Amino acid sequence: MAEAARKIDTAAALAVRDLQAWYDESHILHGVNFDVAPGEVVTLLGRNGAGKTTTLRAIMGLIAKRTGSVQFEGRELINLPARAIAKAGIAFCPEERGIFASLSVDENLMLPPVIKPGGLSRDDVLTMFPNLRERLASQGTKLSGGEQQMLAIARILRTGSKFLLLDEPTEGLAPVIVQQIGRTLASLKQQGFTIVLVEQNFHFAASVADRHYVVEQGRVIDMIPNTEIQNNLGKLHAYLGV
Amino acid sequence: MFELLGIPPQALFGQLLLGLINGSFYALLSLGLAVIFGLLNIINFSHGAQYMMGAFVAWMALTWLGIPYWGALIIVPLVVGASGVVIERLMISRLYHLDHLYGLLLTFGLALVIQGLFRNGFGVSGLPYAIPAQLSGGQNLGFMFLPNYRGWVVLASLVVCFGTWFAIERTRLGAYLRAATENPTLVGAFGINVPRMITLTYGFGVALAAFAGVLAAPIYSVNPNMGADLIIVVFAVVVIGGMGSILGAILTGFGLGIVEGLTKVFYPEASSVAIFVIMAIVLLVKPAGLFGRTA
Repeated sequence: MAEAARKIDTAAALAVRDLQAWYDESHILHGVNFDVAPGEVVTLLGRNGAGKTTTLRAIMGLIAKRTGSVQFEGRELINLPARAIAKAGIAFCPEERGIFASLSVDENLMLPPVIKPGGLSRDDVLTMFPNLRERLASQGTKLSGGEQQMLAIARILRTGSKFLLLDEPTEGLAPVIVQQIGRTLASLKQQGFTIVLVEQNFHFAASVADRHYVVEQGRVIDMIPNTEIQNNLGKLHAYLGV
Repeated sequence: MFELLGIPPQALFGQLLLGLINGSFYALLSLGLAVIFGLLNIINFSHGAQYMMGAFVAWMALTWLGIPYWGALIIVPLVVGASGVVIERLMISRLYHLDHLYGLLLTFGLALVIQGLFRNGFGVSGLPYAIPAQLSGGQNLGFMFLPNYRGWVVLASLVVCFGTWFAIERTRLGAYLRAATENPTLVGAFGINVPRMITLTYGFGVALAAFAGVLAAPIYSVNPNMGADLIIVVFAVVVIGGMGSILGAILTGFGLGIVEGLTKVFYPEASSVAIFVIMAIVLLVKPAGLFGRTA
Protein backbone atom coordinates (compact mmCIF):
# COMPACT_ATOMS: atom_id res chain seq x y z
CA MET A 1 0.00 0.00 0.00
CA ALA A 2 2.88 2.35 0.76
CA GLU A 3 4.19 2.34 -2.85
CA ALA A 4 0.81 2.82 -4.43
CA ALA A 5 0.04 5.72 -2.15
CA ARG A 6 3.08 7.72 -3.24
CA LYS A 7 1.70 8.13 -6.73
CA ILE A 8 -0.51 11.19 -6.80
CA ASP A 9 -4.08 10.25 -7.63
CA THR A 10 -5.23 12.98 -9.98
CA ALA A 11 -8.88 12.16 -9.37
CA ALA A 12 -8.50 12.80 -5.64
CA ALA A 13 -10.03 15.89 -4.03
CA LEU A 14 -7.19 15.87 -1.53
CA ALA A 15 -3.81 14.21 -1.94
CA VAL A 16 -1.43 14.37 1.01
CA ARG A 17 2.17 13.26 0.37
CA ASP A 18 5.03 12.98 2.84
CA LEU A 19 3.45 15.59 5.11
CA GLN A 20 5.76 16.41 8.00
CA ALA A 21 5.05 18.88 10.77
CA TRP A 22 6.77 20.26 13.85
CA TYR A 23 5.58 22.00 16.99
CA ASP A 24 8.59 24.09 17.94
CA GLU A 25 11.34 21.49 18.01
CA SER A 26 9.19 18.36 18.36
CA HIS A 27 8.72 16.48 15.13
CA ILE A 28 5.09 15.30 15.17
CA LEU A 29 4.28 14.15 11.62
CA HIS A 30 6.89 11.96 9.93
CA GLY A 31 5.49 11.68 6.43
CA VAL A 32 1.71 11.30 6.21
CA ASN A 33 0.28 9.96 2.93
CA PHE A 34 -3.38 9.61 2.06
CA ASP A 35 -6.00 10.50 -0.54
CA VAL A 36 -9.61 11.54 -0.33
CA ALA A 37 -11.87 11.10 -3.34
CA PRO A 38 -14.62 13.63 -4.06
CA GLY A 39 -17.80 12.85 -2.11
CA GLU A 40 -16.08 10.45 0.27
CA VAL A 41 -16.22 10.38 4.05
CA VAL A 42 -12.82 9.33 5.35
CA THR A 43 -11.71 8.97 8.95
CA LEU A 44 -8.33 9.21 10.54
CA LEU A 45 -8.23 6.68 13.35
CA GLY A 46 -5.51 6.20 15.89
CA ARG A 47 -4.51 6.42 19.49
CA ASN A 48 -4.16 9.63 21.45
CA GLY A 49 -1.10 11.53 20.31
CA ALA A 50 -0.77 9.58 17.04
CA GLY A 51 -0.89 12.81 15.01
CA LYS A 52 -4.51 12.88 13.76
CA THR A 53 -5.33 16.39 14.92
CA THR A 54 -1.89 17.60 13.84
CA THR A 55 -2.57 16.18 10.37
CA LEU A 56 -5.78 18.21 10.06
CA ARG A 57 -4.12 21.34 11.42
CA ALA A 58 -1.18 20.91 9.03
CA ILE A 59 -3.51 20.52 6.04
CA MET A 60 -5.35 23.67 7.17
CA GLY A 61 -2.07 25.60 7.40
CA LEU A 62 -2.33 26.10 11.15
CA ILE A 63 1.12 24.69 11.86
CA ALA A 64 3.93 27.03 10.94
CA LYS A 65 6.62 24.44 10.24
CA ARG A 66 5.43 21.84 7.75
CA THR A 67 6.85 20.22 4.63
CA GLY A 68 5.70 17.76 1.98
CA SER A 69 2.74 18.21 -0.30
CA VAL A 70 -0.96 18.87 0.20
CA GLN A 71 -2.77 19.03 -3.11
CA PHE A 72 -6.38 20.12 -3.09
CA GLU A 73 -8.29 19.88 -6.38
CA GLY A 74 -4.92 19.81 -8.11
CA ARG A 75 -3.58 22.89 -6.32
CA GLU A 76 -0.57 22.83 -3.98
CA LEU A 77 -1.41 24.25 -0.55
CA ILE A 78 1.69 23.48 1.50
CA ASN A 79 3.14 27.01 1.42
CA LEU A 80 -0.13 28.93 1.70
CA PRO A 81 -1.34 30.66 4.87
CA ALA A 82 -4.50 29.32 6.54
CA ARG A 83 -6.70 32.05 5.12
CA ALA A 84 -5.69 31.16 1.56
CA ILE A 85 -6.35 27.47 2.26
CA ALA A 86 -9.83 28.39 3.54
CA LYS A 87 -10.40 30.39 0.36
CA ALA A 88 -9.30 27.42 -1.75
CA GLY A 89 -12.37 25.66 -0.38
CA ILE A 90 -11.43 23.70 2.74
CA ALA A 91 -13.50 24.36 5.87
CA PHE A 92 -12.25 23.43 9.32
CA CYS A 93 -14.07 22.57 12.54
CA PRO A 94 -11.54 22.42 15.40
CA GLU A 95 -11.52 19.91 18.22
CA GLU A 96 -12.16 22.59 20.85
CA ARG A 97 -15.06 23.78 18.62
CA GLY A 98 -13.91 27.39 18.70
CA ILE A 99 -17.22 29.02 19.60
CA PHE A 100 -16.62 32.70 20.33
CA ALA A 101 -17.75 33.88 23.77
CA SER A 102 -18.00 37.53 22.75
CA LEU A 103 -20.31 36.68 19.83
CA SER A 104 -23.95 35.66 19.92
CA VAL A 105 -25.00 32.32 18.42
CA ASP A 106 -26.21 34.17 15.35
CA GLU A 107 -22.94 36.09 15.01
CA ASN A 108 -20.98 32.86 15.42
CA LEU A 109 -23.12 31.28 12.72
CA MET A 110 -22.64 34.17 10.30
CA LEU A 111 -18.94 34.73 11.05
CA PRO A 112 -17.16 32.59 8.41
CA PRO A 113 -17.32 34.50 5.13
CA VAL A 114 -18.87 32.84 2.09
CA ILE A 115 -15.98 31.54 -0.02
CA LYS A 116 -17.95 30.47 -3.06
CA PRO A 117 -21.59 30.08 -4.08
CA GLY A 118 -23.46 26.85 -3.44
CA GLY A 119 -23.27 26.78 0.35
CA LEU A 120 -26.26 26.20 2.57
CA SER A 121 -28.36 29.25 3.35
CA ARG A 122 -28.83 30.44 6.91
CA ASP A 123 -32.32 28.97 6.78
CA ASP A 124 -31.13 25.57 5.48
CA VAL A 125 -28.62 25.41 8.30
CA LEU A 126 -31.18 26.31 10.93
CA THR A 127 -33.56 23.68 9.54
CA MET A 128 -30.77 21.15 9.87
CA PHE A 129 -30.05 22.23 13.46
CA PRO A 130 -33.41 23.40 14.85
CA ASN A 131 -32.02 23.78 18.41
CA LEU A 132 -29.89 26.67 17.22
CA ARG A 133 -32.84 28.64 15.89
CA GLU A 134 -34.27 29.10 19.37
CA ARG A 135 -30.92 30.20 20.79
CA LEU A 136 -29.78 32.68 18.13
CA ALA A 137 -29.57 35.64 20.53
CA SER A 138 -27.74 33.72 23.28
CA GLN A 139 -24.06 34.14 23.93
CA GLY A 140 -22.21 31.50 21.88
CA THR A 141 -20.58 29.78 24.82
CA LYS A 142 -23.86 29.59 26.81
CA LEU A 143 -24.92 26.69 24.57
CA SER A 144 -24.59 23.10 25.74
CA GLY A 145 -21.60 21.11 24.48
CA GLY A 146 -23.73 19.37 21.85
CA GLU A 147 -25.26 22.63 20.65
CA GLN A 148 -21.82 24.22 20.46
CA GLN A 149 -20.65 21.31 18.31
CA MET A 150 -23.65 21.73 16.02
CA LEU A 151 -22.97 25.45 15.78
CA ALA A 152 -19.31 24.76 14.96
CA ILE A 153 -20.39 22.47 12.09
CA ALA A 154 -23.33 24.65 11.05
CA ARG A 155 -21.29 27.79 10.50
CA ILE A 156 -18.87 26.19 8.04
CA LEU A 157 -21.71 24.75 5.94
CA ARG A 158 -22.69 28.29 4.92
CA THR A 159 -19.33 29.06 3.33
CA GLY A 160 -19.79 27.14 0.09
CA SER A 161 -16.76 24.97 0.84
CA LYS A 162 -17.67 21.37 0.04
CA PHE A 163 -14.61 19.89 1.72
CA LEU A 164 -14.81 19.64 5.51
CA LEU A 165 -12.15 18.79 8.08
CA LEU A 166 -13.92 17.79 11.30
CA ASP A 167 -11.83 17.18 14.40
CA GLU A 168 -13.57 14.81 16.85
CA PRO A 169 -17.11 16.13 16.46
CA THR A 170 -18.50 13.54 18.90
CA GLU A 171 -16.01 14.05 21.71
CA GLY A 172 -17.65 14.24 25.12
CA LEU A 173 -21.21 14.24 23.77
CA ALA A 174 -24.25 12.23 24.87
CA PRO A 175 -25.16 9.22 22.65
CA VAL A 176 -28.36 10.86 21.40
CA ILE A 177 -26.37 13.90 20.20
CA VAL A 178 -23.75 11.64 18.62
CA GLN A 179 -26.57 9.97 16.65
CA GLN A 180 -27.83 13.34 15.52
CA ILE A 181 -24.36 14.32 14.32
CA GLY A 182 -24.11 10.95 12.53
CA ARG A 183 -27.38 11.67 10.69
CA THR A 184 -26.09 15.14 9.82
CA LEU A 185 -22.88 13.76 8.32
CA ALA A 186 -24.86 11.19 6.29
CA SER A 187 -27.06 13.96 4.95
CA LEU A 188 -24.03 16.12 4.12
CA LYS A 189 -22.49 13.21 2.21
CA GLN A 190 -25.71 12.89 0.22
CA GLN A 191 -25.50 16.58 -0.60
CA GLY A 192 -22.04 16.01 -2.10
CA PHE A 193 -19.81 17.15 0.74
CA THR A 194 -16.41 15.48 1.12
CA ILE A 195 -15.43 14.94 4.75
CA VAL A 196 -12.23 14.07 6.59
CA LEU A 197 -13.07 13.10 10.13
CA VAL A 198 -10.77 12.59 13.07
CA GLU A 199 -12.41 10.15 15.47
CA GLN A 200 -11.69 8.33 18.69
CA ASN A 201 -15.13 6.75 18.66
CA PHE A 202 -14.56 3.74 16.42
CA HIS A 203 -18.21 2.69 16.29
CA PHE A 204 -19.25 6.15 15.22
CA ALA A 205 -16.51 6.16 12.57
CA ALA A 206 -17.71 2.81 11.22
CA SER A 207 -21.28 4.10 10.98
CA VAL A 208 -20.49 7.13 8.79
CA ALA A 209 -17.27 6.58 6.83
CA ASP A 210 -16.35 4.98 3.49
CA ARG A 211 -12.73 4.36 4.40
CA HIS A 212 -10.50 4.52 7.44
CA TYR A 213 -6.86 5.55 7.59
CA VAL A 214 -4.95 4.39 10.63
CA VAL A 215 -2.46 6.90 11.99
CA GLU A 216 0.39 5.87 14.26
CA GLN A 217 3.45 7.83 15.36
CA GLY A 218 2.95 10.55 12.78
CA ARG A 219 2.39 8.23 9.79
CA VAL A 220 -0.53 6.59 8.03
CA ILE A 221 0.17 2.89 8.53
CA ASP A 222 -2.92 1.27 7.04
CA MET A 223 -6.14 1.85 5.14
CA ILE A 224 -9.28 -0.19 5.70
CA PRO A 225 -12.40 0.22 3.55
CA ASN A 226 -15.53 0.31 5.68
CA THR A 227 -16.92 -2.72 3.79
CA GLU A 228 -14.02 -4.84 5.03
CA ILE A 229 -14.12 -3.62 8.56
CA GLN A 230 -15.68 -6.82 9.96
CA ASN A 231 -12.75 -8.88 8.61
CA ASN A 232 -10.24 -6.51 10.11
CA LEU A 233 -11.59 -6.06 13.61
CA GLY A 234 -8.68 -7.88 15.20
CA LYS A 235 -6.13 -5.75 13.36
CA LEU A 236 -8.01 -2.57 14.25
CA HIS A 237 -8.21 -3.48 17.90
CA ALA A 238 -4.47 -3.99 17.91
CA TYR A 239 -3.90 -0.60 16.22
CA LEU A 240 -6.24 1.31 18.47
CA GLY A 241 -5.65 -0.60 21.65
CA VAL A 242 -9.39 -0.99 22.30
CA MET B 1 -31.30 81.39 42.37
CA PHE B 2 -30.89 78.18 44.33
CA GLU B 3 -27.71 77.05 45.99
CA LEU B 4 -26.42 73.54 46.50
CA LEU B 5 -24.37 72.87 49.64
CA GLY B 6 -23.31 76.49 49.59
CA ILE B 7 -22.01 76.26 46.02
CA PRO B 8 -23.37 78.80 43.53
CA PRO B 9 -24.96 76.94 40.59
CA GLN B 10 -22.85 78.84 38.04
CA ALA B 11 -19.69 77.42 39.60
CA LEU B 12 -21.18 73.93 39.88
CA PHE B 13 -22.42 73.75 36.29
CA GLY B 14 -19.30 75.50 35.03
CA GLN B 15 -17.09 72.81 36.53
CA LEU B 16 -19.47 70.07 35.44
CA LEU B 17 -19.15 71.30 31.86
CA LEU B 18 -15.39 71.47 32.18
CA GLY B 19 -15.46 67.94 33.57
CA LEU B 20 -17.60 66.77 30.66
CA ILE B 21 -15.17 68.32 28.19
CA ASN B 22 -12.15 66.71 29.82
CA GLY B 23 -14.20 63.52 29.95
CA SER B 24 -14.83 63.80 26.20
CA PHE B 25 -11.09 63.65 25.60
CA TYR B 26 -10.50 60.93 28.18
CA ALA B 27 -13.23 58.85 26.54
CA LEU B 28 -11.97 59.30 22.96
CA LEU B 29 -8.38 58.54 23.92
CA SER B 30 -9.05 55.62 26.24
CA LEU B 31 -11.42 54.19 23.62
CA GLY B 32 -8.61 54.21 21.07
CA LEU B 33 -6.28 52.54 23.56
CA ALA B 34 -8.91 49.91 24.37
CA VAL B 35 -9.55 49.12 20.69
CA ILE B 36 -5.83 48.74 20.02
CA PHE B 37 -5.17 46.73 23.17
CA GLY B 38 -8.10 44.41 22.46
CA LEU B 39 -6.79 43.16 19.12
CA LEU B 40 -3.04 43.87 19.23
CA ASN B 41 -2.44 43.20 22.93
CA ILE B 42 -0.18 46.23 22.90
CA ILE B 43 -0.43 49.22 25.17
CA ASN B 44 0.00 52.03 22.70
CA PHE B 45 2.24 54.45 24.55
CA SER B 46 2.50 56.72 21.52
CA HIS B 47 -1.23 57.49 21.80
CA GLY B 48 -0.58 60.89 23.43
CA ALA B 49 1.94 61.81 20.75
CA GLN B 50 -0.56 60.81 18.06
CA TYR B 51 -3.21 63.01 19.71
CA MET B 52 -0.69 65.86 19.64
CA MET B 53 0.02 65.08 15.97
CA GLY B 54 -3.70 65.45 15.30
CA ALA B 55 -3.67 68.99 16.70
CA PHE B 56 -0.46 69.89 14.84
CA VAL B 57 -1.53 68.47 11.51
CA ALA B 58 -4.79 70.44 11.86
CA TRP B 59 -2.71 73.57 12.49
CA MET B 60 -0.46 72.83 9.50
CA ALA B 61 -3.45 72.13 7.29
CA LEU B 62 -4.98 75.49 8.20
CA THR B 63 -1.78 77.56 8.18
CA TRP B 64 0.03 76.08 5.21
CA LEU B 65 -2.75 74.71 3.03
CA GLY B 66 -5.73 76.79 4.08
CA ILE B 67 -7.79 73.72 4.98
CA PRO B 68 -10.39 74.92 7.52
CA TYR B 69 -11.40 73.20 10.77
CA TRP B 70 -14.23 71.16 9.27
CA GLY B 71 -12.01 69.74 6.56
CA ALA B 72 -9.31 69.00 9.12
CA LEU B 73 -11.80 67.07 11.26
CA ILE B 74 -12.09 64.54 8.40
CA ILE B 75 -8.66 64.72 6.74
CA VAL B 76 -6.39 64.82 9.80
CA PRO B 77 -7.60 61.51 11.34
CA LEU B 78 -7.09 59.91 7.91
CA VAL B 79 -3.55 61.29 7.54
CA VAL B 80 -2.44 60.52 11.10
CA GLY B 81 -4.26 57.15 10.98
CA ALA B 82 -2.30 56.36 7.79
CA SER B 83 0.93 57.14 9.65
CA GLY B 84 -0.25 54.61 12.26
CA VAL B 85 -0.77 52.02 9.50
CA VAL B 86 2.81 52.58 8.33
CA ILE B 87 4.17 52.28 11.89
CA GLU B 88 2.23 49.04 12.46
CA ARG B 89 3.40 47.50 9.18
CA LEU B 90 7.05 48.54 9.50
CA MET B 91 7.62 48.15 13.23
CA ILE B 92 4.89 46.92 15.58
CA SER B 93 4.02 43.89 13.43
CA ARG B 94 7.55 42.57 13.97
CA LEU B 95 6.98 42.33 17.72
CA TYR B 96 3.84 40.16 17.93
CA HIS B 97 5.80 36.99 18.64
CA LEU B 98 7.57 38.68 21.58
CA ASP B 99 6.40 39.65 25.06
CA HIS B 100 3.87 42.53 25.22
CA LEU B 101 6.50 44.58 27.00
CA TYR B 102 8.38 45.08 23.73
CA GLY B 103 5.38 46.70 22.06
CA LEU B 104 5.07 49.02 25.01
CA LEU B 105 8.76 49.94 24.85
CA LEU B 106 8.62 50.51 21.09
CA THR B 107 5.57 52.77 21.25
CA PHE B 108 7.02 54.63 24.24
CA GLY B 109 10.22 55.25 22.28
CA LEU B 110 8.18 56.38 19.26
CA ALA B 111 6.30 58.84 21.48
CA LEU B 112 9.58 60.38 22.63
CA VAL B 113 10.86 60.61 19.06
CA ILE B 114 7.65 62.19 17.74
CA GLN B 115 7.46 64.70 20.59
CA GLY B 116 11.16 65.55 20.16
CA LEU B 117 10.70 66.19 16.45
CA PHE B 118 7.77 68.52 17.06
CA ARG B 119 9.63 70.34 19.86
CA ASN B 120 12.55 70.91 17.51
CA GLY B 121 10.33 72.11 14.72
CA PHE B 122 7.82 74.24 16.61
CA GLY B 123 9.20 75.02 20.07
CA VAL B 124 7.19 74.55 23.24
CA SER B 125 5.37 77.86 23.51
CA GLY B 126 2.28 76.62 21.70
CA LEU B 127 0.51 77.72 18.53
CA PRO B 128 -2.90 79.36 18.34
CA TYR B 129 -5.80 77.72 16.52
CA ALA B 130 -8.96 79.78 16.19
CA ILE B 131 -12.39 78.42 17.03
CA PRO B 132 -14.29 78.02 13.72
CA ALA B 133 -16.59 80.96 13.07
CA GLN B 134 -19.72 78.80 13.07
CA LEU B 135 -19.03 77.74 16.66
CA SER B 136 -17.89 80.99 18.21
CA GLY B 137 -20.08 82.61 20.83
CA GLY B 138 -22.33 80.69 23.17
CA GLN B 139 -25.76 80.09 24.62
CA ASN B 140 -27.18 81.48 27.83
CA LEU B 141 -28.99 78.50 29.32
CA GLY B 142 -30.32 80.50 32.26
CA PHE B 143 -28.37 78.61 34.90
CA MET B 144 -25.07 78.88 33.02
CA PHE B 145 -23.35 80.16 29.88
CA LEU B 146 -22.46 77.40 27.40
CA PRO B 147 -19.76 78.29 24.85
CA ASN B 148 -20.85 76.74 21.53
CA TYR B 149 -17.50 75.14 20.80
CA ARG B 150 -17.41 73.33 24.14
CA GLY B 151 -20.91 71.99 23.59
CA TRP B 152 -19.75 70.79 20.17
CA VAL B 153 -16.75 68.97 21.66
CA VAL B 154 -18.98 67.01 24.04
CA LEU B 155 -21.47 66.21 21.29
CA ALA B 156 -18.81 65.17 18.75
CA SER B 157 -17.07 62.95 21.29
CA LEU B 158 -20.33 61.29 22.32
CA VAL B 159 -21.28 60.61 18.69
CA VAL B 160 -17.87 59.20 17.74
CA CYS B 161 -17.55 57.12 20.94
CA PHE B 162 -20.98 55.53 20.66
CA GLY B 163 -20.61 55.17 16.90
CA THR B 164 -17.44 53.18 17.55
CA TRP B 165 -19.13 51.16 20.27
CA PHE B 166 -22.01 50.36 17.90
CA ALA B 167 -19.66 49.39 15.08
CA ILE B 168 -17.74 47.00 17.30
CA GLU B 169 -20.56 45.48 19.32
CA ARG B 170 -23.43 45.45 16.85
CA THR B 171 -22.15 45.01 13.28
CA ARG B 172 -20.74 42.23 11.13
CA LEU B 173 -17.36 43.95 10.92
CA GLY B 174 -17.33 44.31 14.69
CA ALA B 175 -18.08 40.59 15.05
CA TYR B 176 -14.94 39.86 13.00
CA LEU B 177 -12.99 42.15 15.31
CA ARG B 178 -14.33 40.57 18.50
CA ALA B 179 -13.75 37.07 17.13
CA ALA B 180 -10.18 37.92 16.10
CA THR B 181 -9.56 39.37 19.56
CA GLU B 182 -10.56 36.00 21.05
CA ASN B 183 -9.01 33.55 18.61
CA PRO B 184 -7.12 35.09 15.67
CA THR B 185 -5.90 31.69 14.43
CA LEU B 186 -9.38 30.29 13.91
CA VAL B 187 -10.63 33.51 12.33
CA GLY B 188 -7.73 33.21 9.88
CA ALA B 189 -8.73 29.60 9.18
CA PHE B 190 -12.14 30.91 8.05
CA GLY B 191 -10.40 32.84 5.27
CA ILE B 192 -10.35 36.25 6.95
CA ASN B 193 -7.19 38.33 6.56
CA VAL B 194 -6.36 38.89 10.24
CA PRO B 195 -3.01 40.70 9.75
CA ARG B 196 -4.74 43.30 7.59
CA MET B 197 -7.47 43.66 10.21
CA ILE B 198 -4.83 44.25 12.90
CA THR B 199 -3.15 46.93 10.78
CA LEU B 200 -6.42 48.74 10.09
CA THR B 201 -7.45 48.50 13.75
CA TYR B 202 -4.24 50.16 14.82
CA GLY B 203 -4.78 52.83 12.17
CA PHE B 204 -8.32 53.37 13.44
CA GLY B 205 -7.21 53.70 17.08
CA VAL B 206 -4.59 56.24 16.03
CA ALA B 207 -7.18 58.09 13.94
CA LEU B 208 -9.38 58.37 17.06
CA ALA B 209 -6.46 59.98 18.91
CA ALA B 210 -5.92 62.38 16.01
CA PHE B 211 -9.63 63.23 15.94
CA ALA B 212 -9.40 64.13 19.63
CA GLY B 213 -6.34 66.22 18.79
CA VAL B 214 -8.27 68.23 16.18
CA LEU B 215 -11.13 68.77 18.64
CA ALA B 216 -8.59 69.95 21.22
CA ALA B 217 -6.71 72.37 18.96
CA PRO B 218 -9.08 75.35 19.44
CA ILE B 219 -9.41 74.96 23.24
CA TYR B 220 -5.96 73.89 24.37
CA SER B 221 -2.89 75.50 22.89
CA VAL B 222 -1.29 73.35 20.18
CA ASN B 223 2.04 72.35 21.66
CA PRO B 224 4.31 69.29 21.57
CA ASN B 225 3.68 68.34 25.19
CA MET B 226 -0.12 68.43 25.11
CA GLY B 227 -0.34 64.67 24.62
CA ALA B 228 2.26 63.72 27.20
CA ASP B 229 0.39 65.70 29.88
CA LEU B 230 -2.98 64.22 29.05
CA ILE B 231 -1.98 60.62 28.41
CA ILE B 232 -0.95 59.98 32.02
CA VAL B 233 -4.51 60.70 33.14
CA VAL B 234 -5.88 58.65 30.25
CA PHE B 235 -3.85 55.62 31.30
CA ALA B 236 -5.33 55.97 34.79
CA VAL B 237 -8.79 56.09 33.16
CA VAL B 238 -8.01 52.92 31.21
CA VAL B 239 -6.80 51.14 34.33
CA ILE B 240 -10.00 52.13 36.18
CA GLY B 241 -12.28 51.12 33.30
CA GLY B 242 -10.48 47.87 32.57
CA MET B 243 -8.25 47.13 29.59
CA GLY B 244 -9.97 46.06 26.43
CA SER B 245 -13.57 46.94 27.35
CA ILE B 246 -15.05 49.32 24.77
CA LEU B 247 -18.08 50.49 26.70
CA GLY B 248 -15.99 50.58 29.89
CA ALA B 249 -13.48 52.95 28.29
CA ILE B 250 -16.23 55.34 27.15
CA LEU B 251 -18.23 55.39 30.38
CA THR B 252 -15.15 55.65 32.60
CA GLY B 253 -13.77 58.46 30.44
CA PHE B 254 -16.88 60.62 30.76
CA GLY B 255 -17.53 59.57 34.36
CA LEU B 256 -14.05 60.43 35.59
CA GLY B 257 -14.10 63.76 33.76
CA ILE B 258 -17.24 64.63 35.70
CA VAL B 259 -15.82 63.35 38.99
CA GLU B 260 -12.74 65.48 38.42
CA GLY B 261 -14.93 68.51 37.69
CA LEU B 262 -16.98 67.97 40.85
CA THR B 263 -13.81 67.64 42.92
CA LYS B 264 -12.81 71.08 41.66
CA VAL B 265 -16.07 72.45 43.07
CA PHE B 266 -16.17 70.70 46.40
CA TYR B 267 -12.50 70.17 47.27
CA PRO B 268 -10.29 71.92 44.71
CA GLU B 269 -7.06 70.89 46.43
CA ALA B 270 -7.71 67.25 45.50
CA SER B 271 -8.78 67.82 41.89
CA SER B 272 -5.48 66.87 40.28
CA VAL B 273 -5.13 63.65 42.25
CA ALA B 274 -8.77 62.51 42.42
CA ILE B 275 -8.45 60.21 39.39
CA PHE B 276 -5.28 58.60 40.71
CA VAL B 277 -6.82 58.02 44.12
CA ILE B 278 -9.75 56.30 42.41
CA MET B 279 -7.29 54.27 40.35
CA ALA B 280 -5.51 53.08 43.48
CA ILE B 281 -8.81 52.07 45.11
CA VAL B 282 -10.03 50.26 41.99
CA LEU B 283 -6.74 48.39 41.70
CA LEU B 284 -7.09 47.25 45.29
CA VAL B 285 -10.75 46.22 45.07
CA LYS B 286 -11.15 45.12 41.46
CA PRO B 287 -7.75 44.73 39.77
CA ALA B 288 -9.25 43.94 36.35
CA GLY B 289 -10.99 47.35 36.32
CA LEU B 290 -14.64 48.30 36.68
CA PHE B 291 -15.62 46.84 33.30
CA GLY B 292 -12.65 44.53 32.79
CA ARG B 293 -13.04 40.88 31.95
CA THR B 294 -11.02 38.75 34.31
CA ALA B 295 -8.63 36.67 32.29
